[in-house]
Amino acid sequence: MKVSKSPWMLHYDGSSCNGCDIEVLACTMPRYDVERFGVINTGNPKHADILLITGGINAQNKPVVEQIYSQMPQPKVVVAVGICACNGGVFKDCYNILGGVDTVLPVDIYVPGCAAKPEAIIDGVIQAVALLDEKRKSVREDKKEAGQ
Amino acid sequence: MSTRSIVPFGPQHPVLPEPIHLDLVLEDEKVVEAVPSIGFVHRGLEQLVEKRDFQTYVYVAERICGICSFMHGMSYCEAVEKIMNIEIPARAKYLRTIWCEMSRIHSHLLWLGLLADAFGFESLFMQSWRIRETILDMFEESTGGRVIFSVNKIGGQRRDMENSMLRGFLPKLEQVEAELEAITGAFLSDRAVNTRLRDVGILTKEQAHDLGAVGPFMRASGIEFDMRLQGYDAYKDLYFRPVTSTECDSYARCKVRIGEIFQSINLIRQAIDKIPEGEIAAPVKGLPNGEAFVRVEQPRGEALYYVCGDGKKFLERFRVRTPTFANLPGLLQTLKGCQLADVPILILTIDPCISCTER
Repeated sequence: MKVSKSPWMLHYDGSSCNGCDIEVLACTMPRYDVERFGVINTGNPKHADILLITGGINAQNKPVVEQIYSQMPQPKVVVAVGICACNGGVFKDCYNILGGVDTVLPVDIYVPGCAAKPEAIIDGVIQAVALLDEKRKSVREDKKEAGQ
Repeated sequence: MSTRSIVPFGPQHPVLPEPIHLDLVLEDEKVVEAVPSIGFVHRGLEQLVEKRDFQTYVYVAERICGICSFMHGMSYCEAVEKIMNIEIPARAKYLRTIWCEMSRIHSHLLWLGLLADAFGFESLFMQSWRIRETILDMFEESTGGRVIFSVNKIGGQRRDMENSMLRGFLPKLEQVEAELEAITGAFLSDRAVNTRLRDVGILTKEQAHDLGAVGPFMRASGIEFDMRLQGYDAYKDLYFRPVTSTECDSYARCKVRIGEIFQSINLIRQAIDKIPEGEIAAPVKGLPNGEAFVRVEQPRGEALYYVCGDGKKFLERFRVRTPTFANLPGLLQTLKGCQLADVPILILTIDPCISCTER
């Protein structure tokens, strides 16, 4: 697969149990090492192309997630990591969980698992990289059309 | 006269793997007060006991936190076993002890990595997490999972570890020990690291006692106390002494946690040596009626569990007091008077686990 750019990712812990978070961090560690695909874990939303969210959405983190997403430059890809981020998962019936990440953001890639294994997360990130290329192309075309 | 300003810290911040928000009141670069606000990870899982029956709930209890997942599941089971007067088999007790200590090693190594990241030592961060992978391999081999294990059930364990597997752990532990010894020098003797940790965030013995600090945060202030001394599970048969330090600063907290990793390796060796043959689970009859408290020593300190049942399939109440919650007053004390640049390190030295705290 051809990857044209080195995308940077931003990880935010929605309301996960930590399990997926430490697996996301493990992806950037020597054994799994997503940096070989050019992926760097950044803390600044304005530097990020890929948003990795673990855990479901609750009333208090909803504005935070929306605010992080709105700060990221176009094009951007959202990856929901773990079953809680996909649809609420184990905590679906809890009173403070509104649901998965797709209740507030358009999610592009779902990575299931409890906790999601690093291999699965890397697969999700690689798919995100490919999707980012496609989105970049369409953004460019939109600009061209607008210019004509 | 310097002016006061308020700097918001978090919930999304590069140094924080988990969201917590602090309002830091600054006088120039000096922090005069820190006001925390939490609730970003609150799920409300304690209430799920009303929707999941008491035997099924084990999997939810395990997901209070992904780092000490084994201990959360285990302590919930122990509380229910206490209500129902179930004596678990000796082998199950040893299995629990071995998995507990493995959790402690992986949690402390994770913390060492995050600390290294906080003071900007990237390669040390990588090294700590690389060593940690060996422990996760041992978990995967024995339970099938890397962070969530699902091996606890009320009355004992779901899975046994074969003796050949246990003996196979010994060379792996030796490897972890050797690799950790190699990086210990970087944490404790390196001059640059020392300048970041020494005399930063002093919490005196009296303050630690008065503010109710627990775990390594407390032991680094010179209080020799460890819940494992009460001898739950197999700890009564194993020999150990709490690791303490009297420096009371961030350096001491780092030293205590490194000491505890070596201690845990030693405890696993003792447990593998003494583990008896036999059953791994006792039969469970009836429904829990009554209430029980259980106190265990988690990697971050003492956790307290309260379970109350009234003879129905669903429990009446489940409550957890987690170590991070107990350490927050101590953290706010250490933040007072520190430099803004030291705030990330100070937050990390209590080893915060926000998802435990907020559940």
